[in-house]
Amino acid sequence: MSIWEVIIISLIKILLIVVLMLLTVAYLVYFERKISAWIQNRKGPNRVGWHGLLQPFADVFKLLLKEDIVPEKANKALHTLAPFIALFVAFATYAVIPIGPTIELFGYKINLVVADVNIGVLYVLALTSLGVYGITFAGWSSGSKYSLLGGVRSSAQMISYEVSMGFSIAGVLLLSQSLSPTKIVEAQYGWMWNAILQPIGFITFVVSAFAETNRLPFDLPEAEPELVGGYHTEYSSFKFAGFFLAEYANMIIASMMITTLYLGGYQIPYIDKLGLNQTLTVLLQVGAFLFKTAFMLFFFMWVRWSIPRFRYDQLMNLGWKVMFPLSLLNIVWVAVLIMVFRL
Amino acid sequence: MNYYDILFYLFAIITLVSAGFVVTTRNVIYSAFFLLFTFFGVAGIYVLLAADFLAVVQIMVYVGGILILLLFGVMLTNKITNVDIRTGTSNLLPASIAIGLLMGALVSAMIYTGWKVQPASEIPDTSIKNLGALLITDYLLIFELLGILLLIALIGAASIARRDKE
Repeated sequence: MSIWEVIIISLIKILLIVVLMLLTVAYLVYFERKISAWIQNRKGPNRVGWHGLLQPFADVFKLLLKEDIVPEKANKALHTLAPFIALFVAFATYAVIPIGPTIELFGYKINLVVADVNIGVLYVLALTSLGVYGITFAGWSSGSKYSLLGGVRSSAQMISYEVSMGFSIAGVLLLSQSLSPTKIVEAQYGWMWNAILQPIGFITFVVSAFAETNRLPFDLPEAEPELVGGYHTEYSSFKFAGFFLAEYANMIIASMMITTLYLGGYQIPYIDKLGLNQTLTVLLQVGAFLFKTAFMLFFFMWVRWSIPRFRYDQLMNLGWKVMFPLSLLNIVWVAVLIMVFRL
Repeated sequence: MNYYDILFYLFAIITLVSAGFVVTTRNVIYSAFFLLFTFFGVAGIYVLLAADFLAVVQIMVYVGGILILLLFGVMLTNKITNVDIRTGTSNLLPASIAIGLLMGALVSAMIYTGWKVQPASEIPDTSIKNLGALLITDYLLIFELLGILLLIALIGAASIARRDKE
Protein backbone atom coordinates (compact mmCIF):
# COMPACT_ATOMS: atom_id res chain seq x y z
CA MET A 1 0.00 0.00 0.00
CA SER A 2 1.27 3.45 -0.83
CA ILE A 3 1.40 6.11 1.84
CA TRP A 4 -1.67 7.88 0.43
CA GLU A 5 -3.75 4.72 0.65
CA VAL A 6 -2.66 4.28 4.26
CA ILE A 7 -3.56 7.88 5.05
CA ILE A 8 -6.98 7.65 3.36
CA ILE A 9 -7.87 4.34 5.02
CA SER A 10 -6.80 5.72 8.41
CA LEU A 11 -8.85 8.87 7.86
CA ILE A 12 -11.93 6.81 7.05
CA LYS A 13 -11.43 4.79 10.24
CA ILE A 14 -10.93 7.95 12.29
CA LEU A 15 -14.07 9.54 10.84
CA LEU A 16 -16.09 6.39 11.56
CA ILE A 17 -14.85 6.28 15.13
CA VAL A 18 -15.54 9.96 15.80
CA VAL A 19 -19.09 9.77 14.43
CA LEU A 20 -19.81 6.56 16.29
CA MET A 21 -18.35 7.97 19.49
CA LEU A 22 -20.43 11.14 19.37
CA LEU A 23 -23.61 9.14 18.82
CA THR A 24 -22.69 6.63 21.52
CA VAL A 25 -21.94 9.35 24.03
CA ALA A 26 -25.25 11.09 23.31
CA TYR A 27 -27.13 7.88 23.90
CA LEU A 28 -25.02 6.91 26.91
CA VAL A 29 -26.35 9.99 28.66
CA TYR A 30 -29.85 8.86 27.75
CA PHE A 31 -29.20 5.35 29.06
CA GLU A 32 -27.59 6.72 32.19
CA ARG A 33 -30.78 8.61 32.93
CA LYS A 34 -33.00 5.66 32.03
CA ILE A 35 -30.99 3.21 34.12
CA SER A 36 -30.89 5.56 37.09
CA ALA A 37 -34.64 5.96 36.77
CA TRP A 38 -35.06 2.21 36.60
CA ILE A 39 -32.89 1.67 39.68
CA GLN A 40 -34.74 4.37 41.61
CA ASN A 41 -38.14 3.16 40.42
CA ARG A 42 -38.90 6.25 38.34
CA LYS A 43 -39.76 6.63 34.66
CA GLY A 44 -36.86 8.77 33.44
CA PRO A 45 -36.94 10.94 30.32
CA ASN A 46 -40.03 9.98 28.27
CA ARG A 47 -41.30 13.19 26.64
CA VAL A 48 -39.12 13.86 23.61
CA GLY A 49 -39.74 11.21 20.97
CA TRP A 50 -40.79 7.62 21.54
CA HIS A 51 -39.87 6.68 25.16
CA GLY A 52 -37.70 9.79 25.21
CA LEU A 53 -35.39 8.48 22.49
CA LEU A 54 -34.81 11.95 21.03
CA GLN A 55 -33.86 13.36 24.43
CA PRO A 56 -30.08 13.38 23.66
CA PHE A 57 -30.63 15.71 20.69
CA ALA A 58 -32.76 18.03 22.81
CA ASP A 59 -29.98 18.07 25.41
CA VAL A 60 -27.32 18.83 22.84
CA PHE A 61 -29.30 21.72 21.34
CA LYS A 62 -29.99 23.09 24.80
CA LEU A 63 -26.28 23.05 25.62
CA LEU A 64 -25.22 24.60 22.34
CA LEU A 65 -27.81 27.39 22.48
CA LYS A 66 -26.84 28.47 26.00
CA GLU A 67 -24.81 31.59 26.61
CA ASP A 68 -21.09 30.98 26.89
CA ILE A 69 -19.97 32.64 30.11
CA VAL A 70 -16.31 33.23 30.95
CA PRO A 71 -15.80 34.50 34.50
CA GLU A 72 -14.16 37.90 34.90
CA LYS A 73 -11.26 36.54 36.94
CA ALA A 74 -10.64 33.64 34.59
CA ASN A 75 -7.57 33.22 32.44
CA LYS A 76 -9.37 33.40 29.09
CA ALA A 77 -6.94 31.47 26.92
CA LEU A 78 -6.51 28.51 29.24
CA HIS A 79 -10.18 28.55 30.20
CA THR A 80 -11.06 28.01 26.53
CA LEU A 81 -8.31 25.52 25.90
CA ALA A 82 -9.02 23.18 28.82
CA PRO A 83 -12.15 21.43 27.45
CA PHE A 84 -10.38 20.90 24.13
CA ILE A 85 -7.44 19.20 25.86
CA ALA A 86 -9.91 16.95 27.65
CA LEU A 87 -11.64 16.11 24.36
CA PHE A 88 -8.39 15.57 22.45
CA VAL A 89 -7.12 13.12 25.04
CA ALA A 90 -10.43 11.27 25.16
CA PHE A 91 -10.62 10.79 21.40
CA ALA A 92 -6.95 10.15 20.65
CA THR A 93 -6.95 7.09 22.89
CA TYR A 94 -9.31 5.15 20.61
CA ALA A 95 -6.57 4.90 18.00
CA VAL A 96 -5.01 1.77 19.47
CA ILE A 97 -8.05 -0.25 20.60
CA PRO A 98 -8.78 -3.21 18.29
CA ILE A 99 -12.48 -3.88 17.77
CA GLY A 100 -12.00 -6.91 15.55
CA PRO A 101 -9.46 -9.08 13.68
CA THR A 102 -7.92 -8.22 10.31
CA ILE A 103 -10.41 -8.24 7.43
CA GLU A 104 -10.09 -8.08 3.67
CA LEU A 105 -12.15 -5.39 2.00
CA PHE A 106 -11.93 -4.30 -1.67
CA GLY A 107 -8.60 -6.07 -1.96
CA TYR A 108 -7.03 -4.30 1.01
CA LYS A 109 -6.05 -5.96 4.25
CA ILE A 110 -7.60 -3.79 6.91
CA ASN A 111 -6.98 -4.05 10.64
CA LEU A 112 -10.02 -3.13 12.64
CA VAL A 113 -7.90 -0.71 14.67
CA VAL A 114 -6.73 2.74 13.61
CA ALA A 115 -3.09 2.25 14.60
CA ASP A 116 -1.78 -1.18 15.49
CA VAL A 117 1.28 0.05 17.38
CA ASN A 118 3.64 -2.16 19.32
CA ILE A 119 3.35 -0.13 22.47
CA GLY A 120 -0.39 0.46 22.36
CA VAL A 121 -0.99 -0.19 26.03
CA LEU A 122 1.69 2.29 27.06
CA TYR A 123 0.21 4.78 24.58
CA VAL A 124 -3.13 4.55 26.35
CA LEU A 125 -1.45 5.02 29.73
CA ALA A 126 0.51 8.01 28.44
CA LEU A 127 -2.59 9.66 27.00
CA THR A 128 -4.71 9.10 30.09
CA SER A 129 -1.95 10.74 32.11
CA LEU A 130 -2.46 13.74 29.81
CA GLY A 131 -6.11 13.85 30.83
CA VAL A 132 -5.01 15.46 34.07
CA TYR A 133 -4.06 18.60 32.12
CA GLY A 134 -7.56 19.39 30.92
CA ILE A 135 -8.86 19.14 34.46
CA THR A 136 -5.98 21.00 36.11
CA PHE A 137 -6.10 23.84 33.60
CA ALA A 138 -9.90 24.04 33.90
CA GLY A 139 -9.69 24.19 37.68
CA TRP A 140 -6.93 26.75 37.77
CA SER A 141 -8.01 29.04 34.94
CA SER A 142 -11.58 29.48 36.16
CA GLY A 143 -10.37 31.73 38.98
CA SER A 144 -12.76 30.15 41.45
CA LYS A 145 -11.83 28.22 44.61
CA TYR A 146 -14.36 25.49 43.97
CA SER A 147 -12.95 24.86 40.53
CA LEU A 148 -9.39 24.90 41.84
CA LEU A 149 -10.18 22.45 44.64
CA GLY A 150 -12.02 20.20 42.22
CA GLY A 151 -9.11 20.29 39.81
CA VAL A 152 -6.54 19.53 42.49
CA ARG A 153 -8.61 16.69 43.91
CA SER A 154 -9.08 15.21 40.51
CA SER A 155 -5.41 15.36 39.60
CA ALA A 156 -4.32 13.86 42.92
CA GLN A 157 -6.84 11.07 42.50
CA MET A 158 -5.84 10.30 38.93
CA ILE A 159 -2.12 10.28 39.72
CA SER A 160 -2.66 8.00 42.73
CA TYR A 161 -4.76 5.47 40.92
CA GLU A 162 -2.53 5.47 37.86
CA VAL A 163 0.02 3.61 39.99
CA SER A 164 -2.19 0.63 40.75
CA MET A 165 -3.56 0.74 37.21
CA GLY A 166 -0.05 0.47 35.80
CA PHE A 167 0.83 -2.44 38.06
CA SER A 168 -2.40 -4.27 37.19
CA ILE A 169 -1.57 -3.90 33.51
CA ALA A 170 1.93 -5.27 34.17
CA GLY A 171 0.32 -8.62 35.02
CA VAL A 172 -1.46 -8.68 31.67
CA LEU A 173 1.73 -7.77 29.83
CA LEU A 174 3.67 -10.55 31.56
CA LEU A 175 1.18 -13.16 30.40
CA SER A 176 0.77 -11.96 26.82
CA GLN A 177 4.45 -10.96 26.45
CA SER A 178 3.53 -7.98 24.32
CA LEU A 179 2.49 -4.36 24.67
CA SER A 180 0.36 -4.43 21.54
CA PRO A 181 -3.41 -4.57 22.26
CA THR A 182 -3.95 -6.81 19.23
CA LYS A 183 -1.46 -9.38 20.52
CA ILE A 184 -2.90 -9.16 24.02
CA VAL A 185 -6.32 -10.02 22.63
CA GLU A 186 -4.89 -12.89 20.60
CA ALA A 187 -3.13 -14.24 23.70
CA GLN A 188 -6.51 -14.60 25.43
CA TYR A 189 -7.61 -17.37 23.10
CA GLY A 190 -10.47 -19.60 24.25
CA TRP A 191 -11.21 -19.14 27.93
CA MET A 192 -7.74 -17.86 28.78
CA TRP A 193 -9.24 -14.48 29.58
CA ASN A 194 -7.15 -12.42 31.92
CA ALA A 195 -10.19 -11.75 34.10
CA ILE A 196 -10.27 -15.49 34.85
CA LEU A 197 -6.52 -16.05 35.11
CA GLN A 198 -5.79 -13.04 37.31
CA PRO A 199 -8.98 -12.01 39.12
CA ILE A 200 -7.15 -9.76 41.59
CA GLY A 201 -5.58 -7.73 38.79
CA PHE A 202 -8.98 -7.52 37.14
CA ILE A 203 -10.53 -6.07 40.27
CA THR A 204 -7.73 -3.56 40.90
CA PHE A 205 -7.84 -2.48 37.26
CA VAL A 206 -11.61 -1.99 37.27
CA VAL A 207 -11.50 -0.02 40.52
CA SER A 208 -8.65 2.14 39.19
CA ALA A 209 -10.58 2.68 35.97
CA PHE A 210 -13.53 3.98 38.01
CA ALA A 211 -11.20 6.35 39.83
CA GLU A 212 -9.49 7.47 36.60
CA THR A 213 -12.80 8.34 34.97
CA ASN A 214 -13.93 10.27 38.07
CA ARG A 215 -17.09 8.21 38.27
CA LEU A 216 -19.01 7.41 41.42
CA PRO A 217 -18.04 6.12 43.98
CA PHE A 218 -14.92 8.15 43.19
CA ASP A 219 -16.51 11.33 41.83
CA LEU A 220 -15.04 13.57 44.51
CA PRO A 221 -13.74 16.09 41.96
CA GLU A 222 -17.32 17.11 41.34
CA ALA A 223 -18.90 16.26 44.66
CA GLU A 224 -21.91 18.61 44.43
CA PRO A 225 -22.55 19.12 48.17
CA GLU A 226 -18.98 20.30 48.76
CA LEU A 227 -17.71 21.76 45.52
CA VAL A 228 -20.75 23.03 43.56
CA GLY A 229 -19.68 21.38 40.30
CA GLY A 230 -15.96 20.79 40.77
CA TYR A 231 -13.53 21.74 38.04
CA HIS A 232 -16.29 22.61 35.58
CA THR A 233 -18.24 24.87 37.94
CA GLU A 234 -17.45 27.95 35.84
CA TYR A 235 -18.15 26.36 32.47
CA SER A 236 -21.27 26.72 30.40
CA SER A 237 -22.60 26.06 26.94
CA PHE A 238 -20.32 24.34 24.46
CA LYS A 239 -17.29 24.18 26.74
CA PHE A 240 -19.31 22.43 29.40
CA ALA A 241 -20.57 20.05 26.74
CA GLY A 242 -16.91 19.37 25.93
CA PHE A 243 -16.17 18.19 29.46
CA PHE A 244 -19.37 16.22 29.53
CA LEU A 245 -18.46 14.53 26.28
CA ALA A 246 -14.93 13.82 27.47
CA GLU A 247 -16.20 12.24 30.66
CA TYR A 248 -18.44 9.82 28.82
CA ALA A 249 -15.83 9.19 26.14
CA ASN A 250 -13.39 8.29 28.92
CA MET A 251 -15.93 5.88 30.31
CA ILE A 252 -16.15 4.17 26.94
CA ILE A 253 -12.34 3.97 26.73
CA ALA A 254 -12.21 2.47 30.21
CA SER A 255 -14.81 -0.14 29.21
CA MET A 256 -12.96 -0.90 25.99
CA MET A 257 -9.65 -1.22 27.83
CA ILE A 258 -11.20 -3.58 30.39
CA THR A 259 -12.64 -5.62 27.53
CA THR A 260 -9.36 -5.67 25.60
CA LEU A 261 -7.07 -6.42 28.51
CA TYR A 262 -9.21 -8.70 30.66
CA LEU A 263 -12.32 -9.94 28.85
CA GLY A 264 -10.67 -11.32 25.73
CA GLY A 265 -11.36 -8.34 23.47
CA TYR A 266 -13.22 -9.43 20.36
CA GLN A 267 -12.65 -13.15 21.05
CA ILE A 268 -15.56 -15.53 21.31
CA PRO A 269 -14.28 -18.77 22.91
CA TYR A 270 -13.59 -21.45 20.28
CA ILE A 271 -15.58 -19.78 17.51
CA ASP A 272 -13.03 -20.95 14.92
CA LYS A 273 -13.90 -24.56 15.79
CA LEU A 274 -17.48 -24.07 14.60
CA GLY A 275 -16.45 -23.76 10.97
CA LEU A 276 -18.42 -20.61 10.18
CA ASN A 277 -17.43 -18.62 7.13
CA GLN A 278 -15.01 -15.76 7.61
CA THR A 279 -17.36 -12.80 7.19
CA LEU A 280 -19.80 -14.15 9.73
CA THR A 281 -16.99 -14.86 12.20
CA VAL A 282 -15.65 -11.32 11.93
CA LEU A 283 -19.12 -9.83 12.32
CA LEU A 284 -19.78 -11.98 15.38
CA GLN A 285 -16.43 -11.02 16.85
CA VAL A 286 -17.02 -7.29 16.38
CA GLY A 287 -20.44 -7.86 17.89
CA ALA A 288 -18.87 -9.66 20.84
CA PHE A 289 -16.49 -6.75 21.43
CA LEU A 290 -19.33 -4.24 21.35
CA PHE A 291 -21.45 -6.44 23.61
CA LYS A 292 -18.68 -6.78 26.21
CA THR A 293 -18.04 -3.04 26.10
CA ALA A 294 -21.75 -2.32 26.45
CA PHE A 295 -21.91 -4.64 29.44
CA MET A 296 -19.01 -2.83 31.13
CA LEU A 297 -20.73 0.50 30.43
CA PHE A 298 -23.88 -0.82 32.05
CA PHE A 299 -21.76 -1.96 34.99
CA PHE A 300 -20.35 1.58 35.33
CA MET A 301 -23.85 3.02 35.54
CA TRP A 302 -25.12 0.27 37.79
CA VAL A 303 -22.35 1.01 40.29
CA ARG A 304 -22.91 4.75 40.06
CA TRP A 305 -26.52 4.46 41.14
CA SER A 306 -25.94 1.82 43.81
CA ILE A 307 -22.92 2.90 45.85
CA PRO A 308 -22.47 6.09 47.89
CA ARG A 309 -19.45 8.34 47.48
CA PHE A 310 -16.20 7.80 49.41
CA ARG A 311 -14.75 10.40 51.73
CA TYR A 312 -11.51 11.87 50.40
CA ASP A 313 -9.22 10.22 52.97
CA GLN A 314 -11.00 6.91 52.39
CA LEU A 315 -10.36 7.31 48.69
CA MET A 316 -6.63 7.86 49.19
CA ASN A 317 -6.39 5.05 51.75
CA LEU A 318 -8.15 2.68 49.39
CA GLY A 319 -5.87 3.67 46.54
CA TRP A 320 -2.52 3.47 48.30
CA LYS A 321 -3.10 0.94 51.09
CA VAL A 322 -5.47 -1.54 49.45
CA MET A 323 -5.39 -1.34 45.66
CA PHE A 324 -1.65 -0.77 45.30
CA PRO A 325 -0.58 -3.78 47.46
CA LEU A 326 -3.25 -5.91 45.80
CA SER A 327 -1.92 -5.05 42.35
CA LEU A 328 1.59 -6.03 43.54
CA LEU A 329 0.17 -9.30 44.84
CA ASN A 330 -1.32 -9.86 41.42
CA ILE A 331 2.11 -9.60 39.81
CA VAL A 332 3.39 -12.29 42.19
CA TRP A 333 0.40 -14.44 41.25
CA VAL A 334 1.10 -13.99 37.55
CA ALA A 335 4.74 -14.91 38.18
CA VAL A 336 3.51 -18.12 39.84
CA LEU A 337 1.24 -18.79 36.85
CA ILE A 338 4.16 -18.39 34.48
CA MET A 339 6.83 -20.24 36.46
CA VAL A 340 4.74 -23.07 37.98
CA PHE A 341 1.90 -23.60 35.52
CA ARG A 342 3.97 -22.63 32.47
CA LEU A 343 1.25 -20.52 30.87
CA MET B 1 12.38 15.83 0.83
CA ASN B 2 10.44 12.71 1.71
CA TYR B 3 7.69 12.35 4.30
CA TYR B 4 10.11 11.61 7.11
CA ASP B 5 12.00 14.82 6.46
CA ILE B 6 8.81 16.85 6.51
CA LEU B 7 7.72 15.23 9.76
CA PHE B 8 11.17 15.71 11.26
CA TYR B 9 11.20 19.43 10.48
CA LEU B 10 7.66 19.75 11.78
CA PHE B 11 8.59 18.25 15.15
CA ALA B 12 11.87 20.16 15.24
CA ILE B 13 10.04 23.44 14.66
CA ILE B 14 7.46 22.61 17.35
CA THR B 15 10.23 21.79 19.81
CA LEU B 16 12.35 24.86 19.10
CA VAL B 17 9.56 27.42 18.87
CA SER B 18 7.83 26.23 22.04
CA ALA B 19 11.18 26.06 23.85
CA GLY B 20 11.74 29.66 22.79
CA PHE B 21 8.41 30.64 24.31
CA VAL B 22 9.23 28.74 27.51
CA VAL B 23 12.21 31.00 28.19
CA THR B 24 10.85 34.27 26.85
CA THR B 25 7.29 34.39 28.18
CA ARG B 26 6.81 36.37 31.40
CA ASN B 27 4.07 34.25 32.93
CA VAL B 28 5.27 31.07 34.66
CA ILE B 29 2.06 29.20 33.88
CA TYR B 30 2.49 29.89 30.17
CA SER B 31 6.09 28.70 30.40
CA ALA B 32 4.90 25.41 31.86
CA PHE B 33 2.24 25.21 29.19
CA PHE B 34 4.70 25.69 26.33
CA LEU B 35 7.03 23.14 27.93
CA LEU B 36 4.24 20.66 27.20
CA PHE B 37 4.74 21.21 23.45
CA THR B 38 8.51 20.99 23.78
CA PHE B 39 8.20 17.56 25.38
CA PHE B 40 5.74 16.53 22.67
CA GLY B 41 8.07 17.62 19.91
CA VAL B 42 10.91 15.62 21.42
CA ALA B 43 8.63 12.60 21.73
CA GLY B 44 7.74 12.97 18.06
CA ILE B 45 11.42 12.95 17.09
CA TYR B 46 11.95 9.81 19.18
CA VAL B 47 9.16 8.13 17.21
CA LEU B 48 10.83 9.11 13.93
CA LEU B 49 14.05 7.54 15.23
CA ALA B 50 12.15 4.27 15.83
CA ALA B 51 12.58 4.65 19.58
CA ASP B 52 8.92 3.95 20.31
CA PHE B 53 9.36 3.02 23.96
CA LEU B 54 11.45 6.08 24.69
CA ALA B 55 8.83 8.31 23.07
CA VAL B 56 6.01 6.98 25.23
CA VAL B 57 8.13 7.08 28.36
CA GLN B 58 9.05 10.67 27.51
CA ILE B 59 5.34 11.55 27.54
CA MET B 60 4.50 9.45 30.59
CA VAL B 61 7.37 10.66 32.76
CA TYR B 62 7.90 14.25 31.66
CA VAL B 63 4.43 15.28 30.54
CA GLY B 64 2.37 13.03 32.80
CA GLY B 65 4.55 13.33 35.88
CA ILE B 66 7.20 16.00 36.15
CA LEU B 67 5.36 18.78 34.36
CA ILE B 68 2.21 18.13 36.40
CA LEU B 69 4.22 18.52 39.60
CA LEU B 70 5.71 21.73 38.22
CA LEU B 71 2.27 23.06 37.33
CA PHE B 72 0.91 22.17 40.74
CA GLY B 73 3.72 24.04 42.43
CA VAL B 74 3.22 27.12 40.30
CA MET B 75 -0.58 27.11 40.27
CA LEU B 76 -1.09 26.55 43.97
CA THR B 77 1.49 29.05 45.20
CA ASN B 78 0.41 31.57 42.59
CA LYS B 79 -3.27 31.47 43.47
CA ILE B 80 -3.26 30.98 47.19
CA THR B 81 -0.84 33.75 48.09
CA ASN B 82 -2.30 36.07 45.44
CA VAL B 83 1.19 37.05 44.39
CA ASP B 84 1.77 37.13 40.67
CA ILE B 85 4.95 35.22 40.11
CA ARG B 86 6.62 36.72 37.08
CA THR B 87 9.96 35.92 35.61
CA GLY B 88 12.62 38.54 35.07
CA THR B 89 16.22 38.53 33.93
CA SER B 90 19.17 39.07 36.20
CA ASN B 91 22.86 38.13 36.17
CA LEU B 92 22.93 38.14 32.39
CA LEU B 93 26.71 37.91 31.95
CA PRO B 94 27.52 34.90 34.18
CA ALA B 95 24.43 33.11 32.93
CA SER B 96 25.36 33.53 29.28
CA ILE B 97 28.94 32.37 29.96
CA ALA B 98 27.70 29.26 31.78
CA ILE B 99 25.14 28.50 29.09
CA GLY B 100 27.71 29.08 26.37
CA LEU B 101 30.09 26.60 28.00
CA LEU B 102 27.33 24.02 28.41
CA MET B 103 26.26 24.51 24.81
CA GLY B 104 29.86 24.06 23.62
CA ALA B 105 30.19 20.87 25.63
CA LEU B 106 26.93 19.50 24.23
CA VAL B 107 27.77 20.38 20.64
CA SER B 108 31.26 18.86 20.89
CA ALA B 109 29.76 15.74 22.45
CA MET B 110 27.33 15.59 19.55
CA ILE B 111 30.12 15.93 16.98
CA TYR B 112 32.64 13.54 18.51
CA THR B 113 30.28 10.73 19.51
CA GLY B 114 30.40 7.74 17.18
CA TRP B 115 26.69 7.50 16.48
CA LYS B 116 25.37 4.13 15.44
CA VAL B 117 23.97 4.47 11.94
CA GLN B 118 21.58 1.79 10.76
CA PRO B 119 19.48 1.53 7.60
CA ALA B 120 15.77 1.83 8.33
CA SER B 121 15.11 -1.69 7.11
CA GLU B 122 17.33 -3.24 9.79
CA ILE B 123 15.69 -1.50 12.73
CA PRO B 124 13.60 -3.99 14.72
CA ASP B 125 9.84 -3.47 14.99
CA THR B 126 10.00 -2.50 18.60
CA SER B 127 12.83 -1.46 20.85
CA ILE B 128 11.31 -2.76 24.08
CA LYS B 129 12.77 -6.25 23.88
CA ASN B 130 16.34 -5.07 23.36
CA LEU B 131 16.00 -2.35 25.97
CA GLY B 132 14.62 -4.81 28.50
CA ALA B 133 17.38 -7.31 27.85
CA LEU B 134 20.07 -4.64 28.18
CA LEU B 135 18.57 -3.29 31.39
CA ILE B 136 18.76 -6.62 33.19
CA THR B 137 22.11 -7.73 31.77
CA ASP B 138 24.69 -5.07 30.85
CA TYR B 139 23.20 -2.21 32.85
CA LEU B 140 21.82 -4.21 35.77
CA LEU B 141 23.93 -2.48 38.42
CA ILE B 142 22.97 1.02 37.29
CA PHE B 143 19.34 -0.02 37.00
CA GLU B 144 19.25 -1.34 40.57
CA LEU B 145 21.18 1.64 41.93
CA LEU B 146 18.66 4.00 40.31
CA GLY B 147 15.86 2.06 41.96
CA ILE B 148 17.51 2.50 45.35
CA LEU B 149 18.13 6.18 44.67
CA LEU B 150 14.46 6.73 43.86
CA LEU B 151 13.43 4.84 47.00
CA ILE B 152 15.70 7.06 49.10
CA ALA B 153 14.20 10.15 47.48
CA LEU B 154 10.71 8.85 48.22
CA ILE B 155 11.46 8.16 51.88
CA GLY B 156 13.18 11.53 52.17
CA ALA B 157 10.18 13.33 50.71
CA ALA B 158 7.80 11.49 53.03
CA SER B 159 9.89 12.26 56.11
CA ILE B 160 10.15 15.95 55.19
CA ALA B 161 6.41 16.15 54.62
CA ARG B 162 5.69 14.50 57.98
CA ARG B 163 7.97 16.61 60.15
CA ASP B 164 5.46 19.44 60.58
CA LYS B 165 2.91 17.24 62.27
CA GLU B 166 4.91 16.61 65.45
